[in-house]
Amino acid sequence: MTRISVKVDGTVYQDEVEPRLLLIHYLRDRLGLTGTPIGCDTSNCGVCTVDLDGASVKSCSVLAVQADGGEVTTVEGLATDGEWTGLQRAFHERHALQCGYCTPGMLMAARDLLRENPHPTPDEVRHALEGNLCRCTGYQNIVRAVLAAAETAGQGAAT
Amino acid sequence: MSEVGTARLRKEDARLLTGQTRWTDNIDAPGLLHLAVLRSPMAHARIDRVDVSAALERPGVVAAFSGADLAPDLGSLPCAWPVTEDIVLPEHPPIAVDEVRYAGDPVAVVVARDRYTAADALEAVEVEYTPLPPVLDLEAALAEGAPLVHSDKGTNRCYDWPLRTGEDFAAVRQRAEVTLKRRYHQQRLIPNAMEPRAVVVTPVAASDEYTVYSSTQIPHILRVMLAVVTEVPEHRLRVVAPDVGGGFGSKLQVYGEEAITLAVARRLGRPVKWTESRSEGYLATHHGRGMIQDVEIAANRDGRLLGLKVDLLVDMGAYLMLVTPGIPILGAFMYPGIYKMRSYELGVTGVFTTRTPTDAYRGAGRPEATYAIERIMDELAVELGLDPVELRRRNWIRHEEFPYTTIAGLTYDSGNYEAATDKALALFDYDKLRAEQADRNQRGDTVRLGIGVSTYTEMCGLAPSRVLRDLRYAAGGWEAASVRMLPTGKVEVVTGTSPHGQGHVTCWSQIAADVLGVPFEDVQVVHGDTRAAPQGMDTYGSRSLVVGGTAVHQAATKVVDKARKVAAHLLEASERDLEFTDGVFSVKGSPDARRTIQEIAFETFTSHDLPDGVEPTINAGHLTDPDDFSYPHGTHLCAVEVDTETGQTRIRSYVAVDDVGRVINPMIVEGQVHGGLAQGIAQALYEEAVYDDEGNLVSGTMADYLVPSAPDLPEFVTERARTPATTNPLGVKGVGEAGTIASTPAVVGAVVDALRPLGVRDLRMPCTPERVWQALKEASA
Repeated sequence: MTRISVKVDGTVYQDEVEPRLLLIHYLRDRLGLTGTPIGCDTSNCGVCTVDLDGASVKSCSVLAVQADGGEVTTVEGLATDGEWTGLQRAFHERHALQCGYCTPGMLMAARDLLRENPHPTPDEVRHALEGNLCRCTGYQNIVRAVLAAAETAGQGAAT
Repeated sequence: MSEVGTARLRKEDARLLTGQTRWTDNIDAPGLLHLAVLRSPMAHARIDRVDVSAALERPGVVAAFSGADLAPDLGSLPCAWPVTEDIVLPEHPPIAVDEVRYAGDPVAVVVARDRYTAADALEAVEVEYTPLPPVLDLEAALAEGAPLVHSDKGTNRCYDWPLRTGEDFAAVRQRAEVTLKRRYHQQRLIPNAMEPRAVVVTPVAASDEYTVYSSTQIPHILRVMLAVVTEVPEHRLRVVAPDVGGGFGSKLQVYGEEAITLAVARRLGRPVKWTESRSEGYLATHHGRGMIQDVEIAANRDGRLLGLKVDLLVDMGAYLMLVTPGIPILGAFMYPGIYKMRSYELGVTGVFTTRTPTDAYRGAGRPEATYAIERIMDELAVELGLDPVELRRRNWIRHEEFPYTTIAGLTYDSGNYEAATDKALALFDYDKLRAEQADRNQRGDTVRLGIGVSTYTEMCGLAPSRVLRDLRYAAGGWEAASVRMLPTGKVEVVTGTSPHGQGHVTCWSQIAADVLGVPFEDVQVVHGDTRAAPQGMDTYGSRSLVVGGTAVHQAATKVVDKARKVAAHLLEASERDLEFTDGVFSVKGSPDARRTIQEIAFETFTSHDLPDGVEPTINAGHLTDPDDFSYPHGTHLCAVEVDTETGQTRIRSYVAVDDVGRVINPMIVEGQVHGGLAQGIAQALYEEAVYDDEGNLVSGTMADYLVPSAPDLPEFVTERARTPATTNPLGVKGVGEAGTIASTPAVVGAVVDALRPLGVRDLRMPCTPERVWQALKEASA
C-alpha cells in the first residue's frame, strides 16, 4: 500500500492505495465520484477522461499513485455553484449528447482543446476529439457544440 | 402554443452533463460483493473438470461456483421467437456445464469483496477441456457429416423459413429479359453501446425479494424472463433500468450474467454486482448481422422489375437468445423495398456456429434487406445502362398509389418517394457531381469520385400483437402509459418504454403538455422501473414513439375526458357545452365560467364536490396495441472520394432526406438520424467482428475493432420530407434506425461506383483501404 494525497474537484483526499490501483477506480470506488464512467479496457474510448494538473488524461491509463500530489478535475467539478460552464451549456443547447455516457470525457477533452486552441476549426475539433468515442450522436452536434462554446468564450464567458 | 414540433432542449441533459448519473456500475450497497466470470478460451470444447477450490482460498473471495454448482438454480435462457414449428431450440445454460460452444461462454464465477480480488481469483479456477472442432463456415456447417455445435440435435440447421408471394419466380425468371444474381456478405458487427453491461442485485434475503438493476433496454421483459429462468417468483422481483448508456439492440436481451448474478445474490443473501469489461463484452454481449445473402432479380429491358428471389444463410451463433431467429424475419418483408414487382421468394436458413450468439443490432434485419435490394438495384442500373435514380423512379410506388400493398403483403400507409428524392437530389447537387465524376474518370484521376443512392423504407412501430402471433413471437407488441394529475396541478407520465438516450422524457412531456394544456416544465416522466412503471414492452425497433408515444397521447386524452365530467359539474353546464383549450375548460358563450385542468385536479383530490358516481380521480392509463406498422422512408445520397493508390475512402458529402411522418422534436430527430448514419457508415467502411480459423475473436478489443471517431465521419446534410403516418393518432413513423438502414448501401454503392470504371464490380464490407486496394489489384490483373 502506498499513501497518496490528491486534490479532486477542490477537496484534498489522503488514502492508502494499492500501487496498481487505476486512477479511475480510485475516483469511482474509493471516493465515490461516479460521474466519470469507464467504457473500455484499452484506453480507446475516452469516457474516463479527467484533467490532471492542467492536461486531460484517460484516468484508466493513470495509476492513482501517479496522481499523488496532483490536482484532478472531473466532470463533477466543472460547474461552479451550480453554474454550468460554456461547454456544458453548449452541449445542452446543441443536443451534443444522447445517452450521455461519453459526455464527461467529451467535455474534459473539449475543455483541454479550447485551452490550447481557443478558436479551432471544425476539422481541428474532430481531430482533438479523436480519442473520445461516441456511439449515439455521429459527432456532428458535438463538433457544433465545441465550436459554439469557443465562440461564446471568445466573447468572454468561461469554458 | 403547440409543444409538438418544437425543438425543446432535453430534460435528460442536466444530470448527464454534470456527472450526477446513475449508471448501473455506479450503484453501491452495504456489503456489496463483486462477481467475475471465467470464460471459455476455446470456441468449442468438452468440459472435463472445473475446480474452484483454489480460488476459494484466496483472501477476500466469498464464493466461487462452476456451471454444475449453479445448475440447480438456473434454467435455460429463453428464446422468445421460435420462428417455425420445427425450429431446433437447444438448451442454453447461463453457465456451461458439459460443453462450451463459443469463445467467451461462461464456465465459472468468483465472488469477492472487491472487483480486483474477484478478477485475480479467476486465474485460480482450474478447468480442463477436451477441444472439439469449431463450426464457423455457414455453408460447410450444413454439409453432411459436419461437426455439430449441438450434437444432441443432430444438425446445425436451426430452421428454414420460406416466403413465396405473387407469381412463381421460376416462371418470371424464364420470361424476364434481364436477370442478375449477386452474393452479399453481411459481416458480423459488435454493437458497442458506450456503457458496458452491468448488473447489481440487492436482496432482502428473509423474504426472498430482489431488486435487479441492469443496464438493459427491457426491464419489463427481463423481469418476466428472470422469473422463469431463476424461479424467483415474479412478484418478488423488481427490475430497474437506471441510466442506461446506449443499447442499439445489444441490451434487448436476457443475458446469462443477469440470471447468474440474481442466482448468486439469492444463494449468498448479499448484494452482488457484475460489470463487464469492454473486451469481455466483445465476447459476451451479442453481435449483430452475420449472414450471406444470395439475391436474384428479374426485370425487363426498360427497367421494370418482375421479381426478386432471396436466400439467406444466417449465423445464429452458438445459442438462440431472446429474438435471435427472428432478426432475419424482421427483414423478410422488406427485401422488395419500395418497388413494385410480381413475384417474391425468400428462403431463410438459420445456422448454428461456434461463435458469440447474434441478435438485434440497430435496424435488426431491415438494414440487411435494404442493403441487398439497393445494391442489386445499382447493379441492374449498370446492366441496363440506366441512371440508378432513374431505375428506382421507374419502379417505386408513386405517391398517389398509397395505401399500397406490396408483393410481400405489407400495406404501406403513406409516403412520397418522389418528394424525398427530388429534395435529396437538389441538396446533393447530383448532376454537378456526376459531371465531376465523368471528368475525373476521363482524366484518369488517381482519386475517383463515386456516388451512391439509397431509397429505403423500413417497418417500425413494433408491433401489432396479432401479427406477432402469426409470426410465432411469444409476446404482444402493445405499450402502456398512464398520466397522473397531482394535487398541485403537476403531471406524472408513466411510460412502459425504457429510454437510453432517445429523449423520451422530453418528447413524452411535449405530447402530454399539448393534450393536457399544461406547461412542458410541469410534466415529469417516470420510466425504467417495474415498480414505478409496472407495465411495458420496453424500447427497441423504433417502436417507442409510434406505440409508446401514442399510449401517452391516448392516456392524456382520457384524463381530459374524465376532467371534463368534473368541470361540467362544477361549472353547472352540460359536457357538450364545454370547450377545452390550452388547459382551460370554459362554457361556450360564457367565457368567465372556466376551470383550469389543474383546478380540476385539485377538486378531484379533495373530492368534496364530485358528480354522483364519479370516481375521485382523473388519472388514466392506456395500452396501445397498434393496428399496423409504420413505414418511414427516405432518400440518401453519398459521394465518396477513393484514393486508388492507397485504397482510402473519404466521404465527401452525405445527404439524408427522411420522411418519419410528424415530428415531435426536430432536434432529437436530427440527432437520431446523425447517430444512425454513423452506425450504417461504420458497417460500410470500418467495422467487422473477425474470427480466426479456430473460432477466436481476433477483433477482440476496442483497439482491434474500428468504432469510428469524429475524424472518420463527415458533416451530414439532413432534411425531411413529410407525409404523416395514418396508422396512429400522432402521425409519427419512428426514426431510431432509419439512418442505419439507409446509409450502408449508399456508401458501399458509392465506393463501387467510384471504382467501376477500373473494373471493380463489388466489394465486401467493410470497404477498408486494404480491401479496396486488393480489389483494384485483382481488377487490373
